[in-house]
Amino acid sequence: MSLIRITSPHAHRPGNTGSVMLTVLMATLPGLAAMTFFFGWGTLIQVLWGSLLAIALEAACVKLRQRPVSFYLTDYSALVTAVLIGLALPPFAPWWVMTVGIIVAIIIAKQLYGGMGSNPFNPAMVAYALLLVSFPIQMTSWAGPFVMNGDGWAVVSLGDTLSAIFGTAGAAVDAHTMATPLDIMRHRGGFTTEEMWVKDALLANGIGAWHAVSAAYFMGGVFLLYKKIFTWHTPVAMLASLTLLATLSFLLMPDQYPDPFFHLTTGATMLGAFFIATDPVTSATSNKGKLWFGAGIGLLVFVIRTWGNYPDAVAFAILLMNLCAPFIDQYTQPRSYGHAKPNRGMK
Amino acid sequence: MANDYKKITLDGLWDNNPALVQLLGLCPLLAVTGTVVNAMGLGLASTIVLMGSNLSISMFRQFIPESVRLPVFVMIIASFVTCIELLMQAFTYELYTILGIFIPLIVTNCAIMGRADAFAIKNPVGASLLDGAMMGLGFTLVLMVLGGMREILGLGTLFSDMQLLFGPAAESWKIIIVEDYVGFLFAILPPGAFVGMGLLIAVKNIIDKRLEEKRKAPAVPTEPGAETRRVRVTGNIS
Repeated sequence: MSLIRITSPHAHRPGNTGSVMLTVLMATLPGLAAMTFFFGWGTLIQVLWGSLLAIALEAACVKLRQRPVSFYLTDYSALVTAVLIGLALPPFAPWWVMTVGIIVAIIIAKQLYGGMGSNPFNPAMVAYALLLVSFPIQMTSWAGPFVMNGDGWAVVSLGDTLSAIFGTAGAAVDAHTMATPLDIMRHRGGFTTEEMWVKDALLANGIGAWHAVSAAYFMGGVFLLYKKIFTWHTPVAMLASLTLLATLSFLLMPDQYPDPFFHLTTGATMLGAFFIATDPVTSATSNKGKLWFGAGIGLLVFVIRTWGNYPDAVAFAILLMNLCAPFIDQYTQPRSYGHAKPNRGMK
Repeated sequence: MANDYKKITLDGLWDNNPALVQLLGLCPLLAVTGTVVNAMGLGLASTIVLMGSNLSISMFRQFIPESVRLPVFVMIIASFVTCIELLMQAFTYELYTILGIFIPLIVTNCAIMGRADAFAIKNPVGASLLDGAMMGLGFTLVLMVLGGMREILGLGTLFSDMQLLFGPAAESWKIIIVEDYVGFLFAILPPGAFVGMGLLIAVKNIIDKRLEEKRKAPAVPTEPGAETRRVRVTGNIS
């Protein structure tokens, strides 16, 4: 009898970057569907427009760098970047906002650093942070969720959305934009959080939409975990540290700080935790490192949301922790087989 | 001697450009290059200070003791900066208020200190003056290119507010590149300056590389079979 001898790694299927990225794309679908359902056609158009631009620019850059074009296009990483920016942008943002974002993400944040796998910062978050700093007006007029308008789905028709994004008739949708819950919380003035909910009836009615979108991202994230695209360490550490800080501050001063549930279910917390912080290129490598990395993001999200100038903080927090990732790696390197002590820290 | 002067000129403008190669004086370079006129104002002020300090340090180089040369340099540079500051207050007051702290900070511009210590203290007066002028001009040109890039990207205009430097006649120099431009805040803010500076240095390196290749182009053909030979890469690499 001959035993079948197979050497490690015992993988059932050869994995490659393309299939990983496709799985990630698939996992964004619930979030994309929820965004489209609650905020209208805008997000879908942003994602499509961004994807077109990203593929074209990536192809052009790879060609210019004299690398194989189809090889790099079929890793779909440019597509993932575009979809993430599309999900992060306000649904009615004009076309040139997305264009600037994609140019920055693909050319400056990715290809100038050496392309896929060499970028120190998450390209989608570089683009988002730059857009937020550069175009504050366009980047903070978020679409109002349909539930609070009361007249059913697709308050703004497809045609109106298209003309708002690609034309100059932005006024057609102006009536349907509002600040995000985090923005309202940030600029509530002297009101306590409780008063804010009473005062801002629109927010109180519409908050369900943001909860649902976050739930959809959460589902996508769980799907990715099940598919073993990433380990649990980063998202769990990030959500845990954010929850811990939010709970502590809420218990100490419930008038001043929003409850932890609010932190978890508004803004980009879920999108960031499962789709952006887990980027294998820009996050820490070892499991222990990922815990530190995620916890750092959670801490920074809370700090910037509470005391910073900008309402949401996920992009800035992730970029700052991207910066720390090599340092974290240096100090969390696991012991390798055959060595008594791990080879970590400065020598 | 003529050859020397040519080398000094080329060094200042290109080969050893204070901004692109030595990376000196980056603080004002990044801080005030929001528009061409700001960049030009600061560039010219630095150039005049640099020429003055190079000239006087070179003149007195026999009398400056080695051990206290740096304080002496700072004193000389500071006196020229004070002159420039007063002159700017007198003639270009608005520009003076816009540039603000960066005018007195020319004292600490390491490009100026660097030239004093690296060149003026060792060379005759004529060469030092030319070196100061060319280094200053190279610095100013980089500042202006960066200012132009940031102004076009950030505000959609070019040469706006030139009257601050050239009098009322220059008001019409303003070129509006894009009508109703939304403004690209990133280009105006310091991070935009860093990215712009990085791109400028990259462009300079590309041009240098091309020139180098062109110089090497008629090289001896490699011996046959040299391409197919492999380098052994396996084995013990410490």
